[in-house]
Amino acid sequence: MTTKTILIWACAVLFSITSSSFAKNTASETLPPKDSIYQLQSEFIDQDGRAFKLSQLQGKLQLVAMFYTSCKYICPLIIDSARGIDKALSKAESAHLRVLLISMDSARDAPSVLKAVALKRKLDLARWRLARTDAQSVSMIAALLGVRLRALEDGEFNHTSALVLLDDEGRVLARTEKMGGVPDTEFLAAVKAALAAQVKSN
Amino acid sequence: MRMLAQILALVLLPTLAIADAKWVELPSGAFASLLKYPDSQDRLQKVSAFALMNVPVSNAQFLEFVQANPSWQRSNAAWVFAEPAAYLSHWRSDLTLGASVLPQQPVTFVSWFAANAYCQAQGARLPTWNEWEYVSAADQSHADARTNPAWQAEILSWYAKPANTALADVGAKPANYYGVMDLHGLVWEWVSDYSAMLVSSDNREQQDADQQKFCGAGALSIEDKQSYAVMMRVAMLSALEGADSTSSLGFRCARDIPADTTLGNP
Repeated sequence: MTTKTILIWACAVLFSITSSSFAKNTASETLPPKDSIYQLQSEFIDQDGRAFKLSQLQGKLQLVAMFYTSCKYICPLIIDSARGIDKALSKAESAHLRVLLISMDSARDAPSVLKAVALKRKLDLARWRLARTDAQSVSMIAALLGVRLRALEDGEFNHTSALVLLDDEGRVLARTEKMGGVPDTEFLAAVKAALAAQVKSN
Repeated sequence: MRMLAQILALVLLPTLAIADAKWVELPSGAFASLLKYPDSQDRLQKVSAFALMNVPVSNAQFLEFVQANPSWQRSNAAWVFAEPAAYLSHWRSDLTLGASVLPQQPVTFVSWFAANAYCQAQGARLPTWNEWEYVSAADQSHADARTNPAWQAEILSWYAKPANTALADVGAKPANYYGVMDLHGLVWEWVSDYSAMLVSSDNREQQDADQQKFCGAGALSIEDKQSYAVMMRVAMLSALEGADSTSSLGFRCARDIPADTTLGNP
């Protein structure tokens, strides 16, 4: 072992100890690439009240969508769409996929509200995460996902809908705006191809 | 202590003069938006009192910002936040403007994310579209001059100018009724809710296509078709993505005015 590799190793150990407290100034090795939406530093909170940053999602393929719980019309359909993709996968495939549903309703979607929806919709919380963040971060993640939204006076939202597939470092691999329980075949093919590539590389 | 501050101010003034953003306080009010909001009964949009920079952010000011925030320098900025080939592409390098880019020209080639970051660093935010439209309705002597044909013609003359004309310095033209400059005739400006402008590319499709595309009450539509200037802005903003930047798109910041306080200028 050369001095250099020992140094790198020592740094890595030191880094793993300190990284949790210095999440913002982490060393370049865990920093997401420049074309990754995990560059967003915002803090999210999931249905179980756990705080996280998008960069912590590195390592698995992610299916991401935006929704809000009180939406009556298309939002249940957004969850159906994500589930439609998930159900079209084999057990072996879906084991490598994570699903993240981000609420656009910062005012009303508290973790407990998200949890209630997750339970009601019987979402597999080992692989699915429902999350909320502040209003400013909502507009930023929406911009990164290509979702357009506007808060209406009555507390509802006017918005476009998208399912976005991110690679293990948070780069956009594919997206679809076709919503419904029957998956968009082109998008499903992209998900399957990405999962196959992921399994191969592991 | 106070004297020291005054001496410091005098010493620092020549270098800081460029970075001083003058904040103009805007009174609260209601105005008839040219956009028709499907969730509003009437077109009167209420705007709370807020403060707005009197001119767009200049190259010199943005340079100071990237000096203090290296992650927003051209070669460092994340591509998801600022399209790499376009962001500050007119500057000579990360920290030099170059001969053809003047310090007092409005900064352009900035993405919405970068504009947001700049305003946040000033303890401010981007104005909303509503705020921008409210202030931009004024001419030099009226809060709402939008029905004045002479003023309409003046705004339209800007669109007739070739796009390759060099940008004027910020604040070169007279202030409007509120004391705000360059809302028309210099650059397009980012607003915080640019992506909320769910305007159908073809308003005739409003009833069908958008009902599928947009959850909720449907897209906004433009009420006054003769308001070409506003239509242009809305169409342009609604076509943009947050990482986009163009040669004629700049920004200025706004901030809330806490109730019962007045805002001092720096």
